[in-house]
Amino acid sequence: MPEGHSPVNEFVNKLKKRNIEGSKATAKLTAELLRSFISQQRLPQHNQAAALIDAVKAVGEKFIAASPVELAVGNVVRRVLHIIREEDLSLTTDAVDGLSLSDESDNEDDVEQNDHPFLSASAVAAASRNALRPPSLQTLLEDAPHSEAAPHPSSSEGDSEGITKSADKNSTTRKLKHNVIEAVNEFIQEISTCHEQIAEQAIEHIHQNEVILTLGSSRTVLEFLCAAKEKKRSFRVFVAEGAPRFQGHSLAKELASRGLQTTVITDSAVFAMISRVNMVIVGAHAVMANGGVIAPVGLNMVALAAQRHAVPFVVLAGIHKLCPLYPHNPEVLLNELKSPSELLDFGEFSDCLDFGSGTGSPLLHVINPAFDYVQPNLVSLFITDTGGHNPSYMYRLIADYYSADDIVVRPKSAS
Amino acid sequence: MAAKKGNRGGGGDAEEELTRVPLQAVLLADSFATLFRPITLERPKVLIPLVNAPMIDYTLAWLESAGVEEVFVFCAAHSRQVIDYLKNSKWIDQPNFTVTTIESHNSTSAGDALRIIYERHVIHGDFVLVAGDTVSNMSLTDALKEHKERRRKDSNAVMTMVIKQSKPSAVTRQSRLGTEELFMAIDPDTKQLLYYEDKADVRKGMISLEKELLFDNSSISLHNDKQDCYIDICSQEVLSLFTDNFDYQHLRRHFVKGLLLDDIMGYKIFTHEIHSSYAARVDNYRSYATISKDIIQRWTYPLVPDIQFFGNCATKLERQGKYRASDVVLSRSAQIGPFTVIGNGTKIGNYSEVSNSVIGEGCLIGSNVSIDGCYIWDNVTIEDGCKLKHAIACDGVIIKSGAVLEAGVVLSFKVIIGQEFVVPAYSKVSLLEQPLKQDSDEELEYADNSSGNIEFTSIYDEPERLEEKLRTELSNSQVQATSEVGDGGVGFIWSVSEGGHEDEWRHSVAPIPADKLVEIIKSATEELELSNQDGNILPPSGELGPDSVDNDSDEDARDDSAHFNKEVEATFIRAVEENHKEEHVILEVNSLRLSYNLTSSDCTGALFYAMMKYASDMPHGSSGELLKNVANVTAKWKKLLKYYLPSIDEEIEVILKFEEMCLEESTKELSPLFMQILNLLYNNDILQEEAILNWASEKEEADEADKHFLKQAEELIQWLKNASEEEEE
Repeated sequence: MPEGHSPVNEFVNKLKKRNIEGSKATAKLTAELLRSFISQQRLPQHNQAAALIDAVKAVGEKFIAASPVELAVGNVVRRVLHIIREEDLSLTTDAVDGLSLSDESDNEDDVEQNDHPFLSASAVAAASRNALRPPSLQTLLEDAPHSEAAPHPSSSEGDSEGITKSADKNSTTRKLKHNVIEAVNEFIQEISTCHEQIAEQAIEHIHQNEVILTLGSSRTVLEFLCAAKEKKRSFRVFVAEGAPRFQGHSLAKELASRGLQTTVITDSAVFAMISRVNMVIVGAHAVMANGGVIAPVGLNMVALAAQRHAVPFVVLAGIHKLCPLYPHNPEVLLNELKSPSELLDFGEFSDCLDFGSGTGSPLLHVINPAFDYVQPNLVSLFITDTGGHNPSYMYRLIADYYSADDIVVRPKSAS
Repeated sequence: MAAKKGNRGGGGDAEEELTRVPLQAVLLADSFATLFRPITLERPKVLIPLVNAPMIDYTLAWLESAGVEEVFVFCAAHSRQVIDYLKNSKWIDQPNFTVTTIESHNSTSAGDALRIIYERHVIHGDFVLVAGDTVSNMSLTDALKEHKERRRKDSNAVMTMVIKQSKPSAVTRQSRLGTEELFMAIDPDTKQLLYYEDKADVRKGMISLEKELLFDNSSISLHNDKQDCYIDICSQEVLSLFTDNFDYQHLRRHFVKGLLLDDIMGYKIFTHEIHSSYAARVDNYRSYATISKDIIQRWTYPLVPDIQFFGNCATKLERQGKYRASDVVLSRSAQIGPFTVIGNGTKIGNYSEVSNSVIGEGCLIGSNVSIDGCYIWDNVTIEDGCKLKHAIACDGVIIKSGAVLEAGVVLSFKVIIGQEFVVPAYSKVSLLEQPLKQDSDEELEYADNSSGNIEFTSIYDEPERLEEKLRTELSNSQVQATSEVGDGGVGFIWSVSEGGHEDEWRHSVAPIPADKLVEIIKSATEELELSNQDGNILPPSGELGPDSVDNDSDEDARDDSAHFNKEVEATFIRAVEENHKEEHVILEVNSLRLSYNLTSSDCTGALFYAMMKYASDMPHGSSGELLKNVANVTAKWKKLLKYYLPSIDEEIEVILKFEEMCLEESTKELSPLFMQILNLLYNNDILQEEAILNWASEKEEADEADKHFLKQAEELIQWLKNASEEEEE
């Protein structure tokens, strides 16, 4: 390969061969790889941010092309690009403002970064995001405003083109990279703790003696349910087994071992059972910008059943699953057809697949899609690590995480 | 994924071993067969594109993902091309995956290849042996673990063979991959392979098993629905076995069968059946088509066109299994049917129809062309109005307007088909002339490049010279060739009459035509009837065919005993001539009795028959001399006969047999001597009076005709009766 980045290539190969499964693992790996990639980059004196963005874009494009269906890869790449832009912006504004904030003089010493996490630009952005979060009833009642993180207007100044004209180069040269890596570290931290963040909110959503239905298996859902259980809520769970991979079985096993009352049903029994259910809680593969959900196959059916019986349909998604793309974008690969051997045994059907007789065209087709698309109007609530959101609000949330310039990662020359 | 889980779960000591010795694989980049001619005269089989990616890429991609760290690619025919391809591919600089090529110009079989690899001393432990035309997505972890565990217990378990369920067609008696129906006997508990037959005479509907197989194993299961994936996990001993047995050529026909038959060394082969994963080998044109379709239908996931598993260009999967690369130009009126792959840069014109086909890169397809079930490689030009059905067109082929390719046609590289020319079904067209030298059938199977290729070997190594030669050849033979493939066409039509190729339709890309199927069914039923009629000439043992129904068993039994009688007679005569001891004869006769599963009274009868026959066959002038002969023989072999006469019943059997003999044509001359011989036997203590009397009383009730001998013997019987009465008094 041209650059000879063997870990990058190895990761691309793994993605290509579909050796990595699960969006969380993929997201984390991608972020970690990008971090090490950024740390290895030698930046020119001028126009550092642009150079870094180009480099990350080039690598990110490779990742995305390797596994277009794993949207989390693209999300992480875009998020990292956004982080670079934000850091660069904060540095330039700092330079222009000329140390207007007394707090930031601390930060320039590059010591004890961990003690001042919210001083970095991304922390500021996160704070502003917190402010944007629709105040839940509870917070309103408690009357606890985010006093410690007053929204800083720095991001609005980003329109000015002050990327290159910073005066004190020497100090910013190392700083940009350093800050970016700091912020990426934080982001990785965010990804790895997203389960806990989401699970913390469980108690607000699951009530005593409720019946919860879920389909297939999702780590997030498991943690969510167990968190509610730990808080002494008693409730029952219906698990639809999730053909053809039947991951629901392992989820049911796990739930039962943690002391939850669990019932396993077939996927086709969902409609029959839905009238007894108080809430549907499922995981997602990706959440699109319009609030639509790419989810394991079978979930659209569950969502429709839930709508028919006016049962809340709640989707749990870590932030790495938020995708800034719209599902009608032809560039987006929404589905993947897996091997038919998950559905039926090749040997048993081998006589139906004999092309040696008849017209030579296969009479038996087996289609095994991995995902379903659930329309935004079928989803009642998204729970991310920043709280609960309406489907119609997702685009706004996504705008906070990603910069509009990065939505198309692919360079122009390819098209 | 399963592989990942397996790795983690595999754990323990198996993993330790894996870390000590990197997993190695031997990839044979030559099939040592001629089934892909004429294509393989110009390009090695492993570089033939399978759904737009060379076969060897599938094999290497699988080996890499299965955790193999070191691959030795053995190249024989067209070795330069294979090595060049690998050098320019990305396989060379992979982390944790080394590809080493081993070149040989005088290897003519898999056996030779393994002997050369043995000489190189590169294999240090268990290794995976595959051909370069294997398509699989199986995880090797389980099979390896099983193999290692067996090895630890039993060092004679040298090989684990991967098999997969696949039902053969009941009509054509061949698998979906176009290979002959395969019979395997497997021990259901240990999974040991006990019997392997891929060339069974299926038309007779029977196979024969060694009897020891049934004696030695408490249970065996016989399968005809297993497919041999040609993926073997071998121990180092396999290589040395090939070196020790220098006549082993073919992996299955010689090596596997050799090990199964040879019970001196006690080497064992085991099987590992895979269920959810896919494995198959491109063996002939039919399997080429079948595996292509399996890939398009995603059985080989993740080795499918829309995943860039290696070096193949980005392809998108659309509805109904249509794969389209990025730069395809389709006319708006062109119709692309289901299960079609269209490669990068291909253009398809107005009103053309494509279905169930694979089209390579950079092809130009005109308007009103119909393509069904075809495999079109790169840079092929198909002009307006052509009709292609179940054909293969290699790189650079030009099909001029209005030409028709009938089912099963293969066009080798750069052939040009003239305008409006109809290429007849199953014909193969190449720029190279058909090698005139005829190989014997036996050699054809595995000795590809030894004899038939000699005339080409010189040009293999240098492509430029090949080109040159082609050009001169072309100019020389242009006139003749033109006439062969139509106006403006270039190429030779290979004659189909080559030895053993009259069954061309069996292995071609085209499906078997309906009339052939009808023909097969018809002939099969005829044969079945025929074999039912003369069932008694069938060999007696191991009868497993569908025609061995119950009403045959009677006939079989009679047939059996006739055989047995003959055997006993032969044994006896041999004993007389070579002066054997009685004990030896008894031993031999006993073993015969066991193998035919008969009672000891059958032996008595047979032995007695043999003696009398022998006596009557000795030269004699009068009946007196005959009697003397009989007396001599009985006196000499009295002990032997006595051994088989433990009770009265057997003695009666002897008399009955004797009676039978006297009626028979060949031994009729004994009949006048009936009473004398009976008397003789009585005097020699062979027969007791009780037996004779019993026989007599039994016969009393018989028909008048049957009493002939009773009357003859009346005198003796009377005398015996009197004697016994006297005794009582």
